[in-house]
Amino acid sequence: MTANSPSAAAHASAHKLFSLGRAAAIAGNTLRDLVRQKVFYFMLVFALVLIGMSLVLAALSFQGQLQMVMNMSLGAMSVFTMLLAVLASAMMLPKDIEDRTLYTILAKPVSRFEYLLGKLAGVALMLLIATLLMTVFFCIVLWFWQGREIASIRGSVQSELVDAEVAKVMAGTFTPTLFGGIGVIFLRAVVCSALTLMVSSFATSWLFTVIISLMLILIGHIVPIARSAWMDPIQAGVDVPWYLSLFLRLITVFAPDMQLFNIVDDIAVGTHVASGIFGQVTALGCGYITIYVLVAYLFFAWREL
Amino acid sequence: MAGALKGRVIGVAVLLVWGILKLPIETELTAQLQHERLGKYKITASLRQQAGQAGFIAVLGGLRAPVADLLFIRAHIAWQQHVEYGRMKLYFDICTALQPRREMFWDMAAWHMAYNGAAYIEQTEKDKYIRDRQMKEYYKVGEDYLLRAVENCPDSWSLYDRLGSLYREKFHDPCKAAAAFARAAERPNRLDYTRRLAAIYLADCPGHEKEAYDKLLALYKESEKEWVPSLLEKIQILERKLGIPKEERVYIPEKHRLLPD
Repeated sequence: MTANSPSAAAHASAHKLFSLGRAAAIAGNTLRDLVRQKVFYFMLVFALVLIGMSLVLAALSFQGQLQMVMNMSLGAMSVFTMLLAVLASAMMLPKDIEDRTLYTILAKPVSRFEYLLGKLAGVALMLLIATLLMTVFFCIVLWFWQGREIASIRGSVQSELVDAEVAKVMAGTFTPTLFGGIGVIFLRAVVCSALTLMVSSFATSWLFTVIISLMLILIGHIVPIARSAWMDPIQAGVDVPWYLSLFLRLITVFAPDMQLFNIVDDIAVGTHVASGIFGQVTALGCGYITIYVLVAYLFFAWREL
Repeated sequence: MAGALKGRVIGVAVLLVWGILKLPIETELTAQLQHERLGKYKITASLRQQAGQAGFIAVLGGLRAPVADLLFIRAHIAWQQHVEYGRMKLYFDICTALQPRREMFWDMAAWHMAYNGAAYIEQTEKDKYIRDRQMKEYYKVGEDYLLRAVENCPDSWSLYDRLGSLYREKFHDPCKAAAAFARAAERPNRLDYTRRLAAIYLADCPGHEKEAYDKLLALYKESEKEWVPSLLEKIQILERKLGIPKEERVYIPEKHRLLPD
């Protein structure tokens, strides 16, 4: 059969430029690979952090332990998912290059975009499973502390206030906003993963990728300050020289505003967050993910392997 | 090589365009979050000093709430083990700055300063002049916490309730106490007693006797549940003070009647 034969032409036309199936296959393999690397063992650490924290709080007797458990657990979830996202994404490309898997994959009719998308989807799936597992464990711990708090109210608060206080605790624990906040933690982790993938697409070592990604995430938390100092120096109360102003502009433009994904801090306090805000944060997160994948592709498309 | 450079240039250009496009969206969303009273805290130099290097980095890393909780625990330990009110105030200042929507932080900070701190001075300071002055300073610190608390948590009835109690018990100011309880009574999910206390303390506020009497009378007529001894007593006192004729006075159950004039 020659290249010009009708069956070869039919085969070539049947090959799509982009196939969701191929990306899904890479995602599945990435997830399997991550599971084999025992990434879910971190759950043991998460469980130990929660149990340890509960024991410490039980030893100290003061008010607000339920909210404290909520804050600490959400904080732990936030850190664990972010670290998982950065570390898992940073090692994907270097590992595939080292194992020569990348050459085998790209020798097949798989585009580099499909490869990157599949890798990100695999990490996102792993993050989703991890977030769900942590949420289950978090809910169990929270349920236990809710019971403790209610028992404590019944034992100490004057009778007129008991029902109101118990209702307040019940209404403020397992709220839709809380689960929305956990969703934002997951979204933040996927944004971190996409950012790391972008850095990894031009980096030459995984250590460089991890350091640069973590620095960008850290810088991302001061973006609101940089933005206000640049856009409104009078209100920010700072006199910004030109070189600093340039630096602030670079931060504002190139770093993601990670503070927008930190609404979970206020959710633990019982603040109601409107669904519109969740929607806007989700849209912004999706925008970041799309752009980072696109830029990762642009960096990776012409990279000599 | 030229291709790789081209890819990088286009990539950076895409990031630049996205960075410019996202700017108004992020500014708007940040403003919206601040309007909703989310993310109202500010990173300041004093935060850096008080939270320490690790705490400051943790705050920058998005762990504001856990850092605030840990500092609150440290404040609790400073009280329980060392009775260090100065250190406690530092911790409470930073906790409340990090989590201004956390009612409990404000409540505990105010309670420790206005009640425990002042009581500690009362027991330890021998000089009466210094003792009185320092106790008043502690009351003011407590008041300051609660005033900032109601500014940051405007829907909290319990914080206004605490403020009312503080004015009543420590400042002996029935006018301010009545105003605070009245504000508490306007907040959602408040308990009924806040309305009653607002009216009862208003009765002791010079120049507001008629207004207080009308409020007490409204509560009296609303339900027999409101016929608590303090309310009935205030009604009788005000009826006499305002010179209300005996035939127009309300019925008071026998056991709650005051002695005749």
